Amino acid sequence: MAQNMTADAAHAHDEHHESPVVFGFWLYLMTDCIIFGTLFAVFAVLRDQFAGGPTGHEVFELSGVGIETAILLFSSITYGFGMIAAHENKVSTMRTWLGVTFLLGLGFLFMEIREFSHMIAEGNGPDRSAFLSAFFTLVGTHGLHVTCGLLWMAVLLFQTAGKTELNERMVGKLTCLSLFWHFLDIVWICVFTFVYLMGVL
Amino acid sequence: MFGKLTLSAIPYDVPILVGTFIGAAIAGLAVVGLITYYGKWGYLWREWLTSVDHKRIGVMYIVVALVALFRGFADAIMMRSQLALAYAGNPGYLPPHHYDQIFSAHGTIMIFFMAMAFMQGLMNIVVPLQIGARDVAFPFVNTLSFWMTTISFLLVNVSLFIGEFSQCGWLAYPPLSEQQFSPGVGVDYYIWAVQLSGVGTLLTGVNFFATIVKMRAPGMTYMRMPVFTWTIFCTTVLIMVAFPILTVAMGLLGLDRYLGMHFFTNDGGGNQMLYLSVIWGWGHPEVYILVLPAFGAFSEITQTFSRKPLFGYKTMVYATASIMVLSLVVWVHHFFTMGAGPNVNAFFGIMTMIIAVPTGVKIFNWLFTMYKGRIEFHATMYWVIGFMITFSIGGMTGVMLAIPASDFVLHNSLFVIAHFHNVIIGGVYFGYVAAMNFWFPKSFGFKLNEAWGKRAFWCWFIGFYVAFMPLYVVGFEGMTRRMNHYDNPEWHPWLLIAEVGAVLIACGIVCQLTQLYVSIRDRNLAENRDLTGDPWNARTLEWSTSSPPPFYNFAILPEVHELDAFAHDKEAGIDTRRAGGDYQPIHMPKNTACGFLIGAFSFVLGFGAVWYIWWLAAVGLIGVIATVIARSADNDVDYYVPVSEVARIEQEHTHNLMAAQAAE
Repeated sequence: MAQNMTADAAHAHDEHHESPVVFGFWLYLMTDCIIFGTLFAVFAVLRDQFAGGPTGHEVFELSGVGIETAILLFSSITYGFGMIAAHENKVSTMRTWLGVTFLLGLGFLFMEIREFSHMIAEGNGPDRSAFLSAFFTLVGTHGLHVTCGLLWMAVLLFQTAGKTELNERMVGKLTCLSLFWHFLDIVWICVFTFVYLMGVL
Repeated sequence: MFGKLTLSAIPYDVPILVGTFIGAAIAGLAVVGLITYYGKWGYLWREWLTSVDHKRIGVMYIVVALVALFRGFADAIMMRSQLALAYAGNPGYLPPHHYDQIFSAHGTIMIFFMAMAFMQGLMNIVVPLQIGARDVAFPFVNTLSFWMTTISFLLVNVSLFIGEFSQCGWLAYPPLSEQQFSPGVGVDYYIWAVQLSGVGTLLTGVNFFATIVKMRAPGMTYMRMPVFTWTIFCTTVLIMVAFPILTVAMGLLGLDRYLGMHFFTNDGGGNQMLYLSVIWGWGHPEVYILVLPAFGAFSEITQTFSRKPLFGYKTMVYATASIMVLSLVVWVHHFFTMGAGPNVNAFFGIMTMIIAVPTGVKIFNWLFTMYKGRIEFHATMYWVIGFMITFSIGGMTGVMLAIPASDFVLHNSLFVIAHFHNVIIGGVYFGYVAAMNFWFPKSFGFKLNEAWGKRAFWCWFIGFYVAFMPLYVVGFEGMTRRMNHYDNPEWHPWLLIAEVGAVLIACGIVCQLTQLYVSIRDRNLAENRDLTGDPWNARTLEWSTSSPPPFYNFAILPEVHELDAFAHDKEAGIDTRRAGGDYQPIHMPKNTACGFLIGAFSFVLGFGAVWYIWWLAAVGLIGVIATVIARSADNDVDYYVPVSEVARIEQEHTHNLMAAQAAE
């Protein structure tokens, strides 16, 4: 009997094909984590190399960065609500929360681009000093990830348009993006702490 | 419109390159012509280029690796010939800028496109079969990985005929590789080729780690995994840890070059030593990424041809895992002379020497496996024994280099070149060739010719010693690497001997080609065919299915009760296949062109970026994104193989098996 049950369970397992996608995506995130880790290390090495250019104290505006941080953290919460709805198969609620998250992400990106363009306009672009190269690359890599996340979110919003229920594959995709989005949040907290706060305070 | 690309980028005034181009063009046209003549384009496209079958992807990887081997070896013998000639006023036949490109291309190609492609090919062919799985965790990602590697290799080869390649060595140290000192496109070709192939390798790492964790046959606990799978498991961990660092290194160098940043420049606060730390943070684990699978292959081969279970399976696993961990904390030994100080150097020197301990454990395990075994001196065993001798010598010179004080004398000399060829040829290459001879019948259903295999071994083995032992000597005599001519008469005879060694190795390669030709010609002879699927009386699950295996690998997933599951079943009289059992429809992935397309668009992206043709790069990038999105929208990615077809294929194999047994 017990053996039969295992066989059945194994079969059901095979049939439903519980996909290793989320596990694989975790692994990918860990490799991404190493990319950010290396960029943080590079930043740590170069953070005092101003080459006569401005220091962090002179170029960072904490109030703007604070708002950015709040927006991104809040977008993680809204994505979380979206996932709750997804697990309850409430497609339109999920889509609404995803839409909100998308707008928040867009707002974050907009503020970041504004910050960058200000700095570049004042002659403090990434080619000014090693410190600024490391700063733009670290923060810009995060921003690039946010951009990819937004593109991905738009694709999923498009793919779920007009759907009344979510299949397993779609929930898997939403889960992966969820992991990605929260991961970017965590990275941003490190950026905020080690780059901005420690650069100014 | 065409960025930096002008007609002057075509090197039609360099006779060597024109000759190479004509040769490559004729060979290319001949292949294309043959495929067209036999009307095989459709077959090639449907069954191979778009295949998600790990066994076929593995074969294609190894084809790429062999092409890379020829290209890399052509570079090698050109270097040796240059150094045999270019002494005491004779400039040789290669001007410095060309010679510099050749040694840079040689290293880049041999590591990234010969060794890495070969290793990924082997893991593709063997691992899913060895763990009793039907495919890898992510079959589509697998074809994508393959194409990223392949198009990157293509990009390197395009640099031969359009523009130039990097002249900065295989790791492109700044500041030499910065825009200020290398304004050409060579370094950009290097950066894009390494970056794109790195993406492919990283995905392979994730894919096979997930495969091994999630898809082992029922009953196969971690300590029942075959040693080859264990080594691949550790290799995938190292890939996932190390390749992101390479991505960052290439990214930062690229940002310096393209956007004028100051990570590694002389001015603006850049720090070249940071590049060394980052690139070797990848580079040292990479060495073990390459050699661990070779160790795994040696283990499988030794136990099979000694007719004994592997001595010290557990110590082998722990040794592999310790090497995996230690390989991450030794990178500074590549630049002891940087001046990090005695304490730092002492730490990294000691860590490096400690790696010799688990490696020594492995050597003794293999020796004890052979001890009192009924050793069959098959061609693959030649490579194993040759490896044990050669690799031990290479390991010892490695320990010499691990002593910071002696490294200060030997750094950047030909001694270093001799050392790492000693371990990479004697360890990695011998291992991969042994593995190819060992698993070839599994992939194709017939054996490789043994006589030619042994001839290839002797040429390589002797050729290696003749080519590289002299380099130890001239290294001691103070000859630095990357020189394209010299005046010291004492070095000249040694370099002449090294040239002879290179010619012997060339003979080895010719023997390997002949081996392939003869084997394919005689594939239908009874003694060469493998009807049973188990030509060597081996111990692990891949030998329990037919050769070549059906596309679904196992009709019924095997059940594992012990280490060396297949050997256990054979002794206990259990039919691992459970032929004629209760077949179920089998769930399989459909082939897809998306991997090929993403690869092709990535090539366009890379080529456009190398030449600053931004519209072309944009086309490539948009193509990549569009293909990914299209793939994500495609819900028709898998199908079921009906029971009737499974039963038909299995019956055919059972029939073959019985015929083979009757013939005995």
